[in-house]
Amino acid sequence: MLGLRTGAGIPGLILGSTYVGFGSMVRESGIPLGLGLVSTASSWAIPGQIVLVELWAVGASILTIIAAVALTNARLLPMTVVLVPQLRAPDTAPWKIYLAAHFIAVTGWALAMRQCPSMAPERRLPFFYGTTLTLWMMSLGGTALGFILAGTLPYHVTLGLVFMNPIYFMLVFASDLRHRARTIAMGLGAVAGPLLHFLTPDWGLLITGLVAGSLAFALDRAWRGWRRT
Amino acid sequence: MTAEYQLIVILIGAATVTYAWRGLGVYLAGRIDPESAWFDWVACVAYALLAGLISRLILLPQGPLAQTPTADRVGAAIFTLAIFYLTRRNLALGVAAGTGALILLTWGRAGFS
Repeated sequence: MLGLRTGAGIPGLILGSTYVGFGSMVRESGIPLGLGLVSTASSWAIPGQIVLVELWAVGASILTIIAAVALTNARLLPMTVVLVPQLRAPDTAPWKIYLAAHFIAVTGWALAMRQCPSMAPERRLPFFYGTTLTLWMMSLGGTALGFILAGTLPYHVTLGLVFMNPIYFMLVFASDLRHRARTIAMGLGAVAGPLLHFLTPDWGLLITGLVAGSLAFALDRAWRGWRRT
Repeated sequence: MTAEYQLIVILIGAATVTYAWRGLGVYLAGRIDPESAWFDWVACVAYALLAGLISRLILLPQGPLAQTPTADRVGAAIFTLAIFYLTRRNLALGVAAGTGALILLTWGRAGFS
């Protein structure tokens, strides 16, 4: 129940609004509502979905689109590795974790990362399911609403709704800067991301994660070593 | 192959590669000790990737935002952070302020038409 309430509040409203922007993009690209909903339900990771619709609209090849989506969503791998130990109680069946993994996306992940450590282990997975299923359903609702409203919604409002997603993510992380190594990683990543995108648009994000992440890790270790001596 | 059929293939492919990252993450999580240095490194990579993605979404967006001036997006993002910190980290107000700022900036450039 706590998870349901957490998901339905401000995070759900913001994510839902972001998907209103996505829904109207879907319609403007000539994609039927059903397939737009399939995209939200089956991928549920908005940056990759925007890349998909954008590339589809300009007529990119099937393989190009799938590869671009894969590279855009690579963050889900390390995010999952970091979150799973929080969700897993000693007796949790593996399939429950593999199912939960589908619902790992930035909003629910950030909520779980912040709230799980203060919860009893057996309460964490139900909390995660409650939060993310609510968010997931609000995303589907937002996609449908955006599709219906497309065209009637002023163009600048659609822009604002799409813009909500990155600024919301930005604030979610700006409010969680307690961990030194991770804060350094975010600072370096924020700078390296756009720079490496100029160098190699396809691989830029992946290289950003590996280089900025490793550098932050090394700096944090060096700092610890220096403090000890 | 009709356009719709192609799109279905793309959606299946996209869902498959996206879940592959998540599924592989669960598999690896079972093999990495959360107390180990490897785990700390993976966490650093995750946060760097997320921050890189977010700054790219703001500075070099794809989709409809690509047509908006960079100055408007950066201005609205700075305004978001300013309101967020001025309101003692109120997330909803920060996001509302940033969204409103971008709408007004881009709309204003179009002469409010």
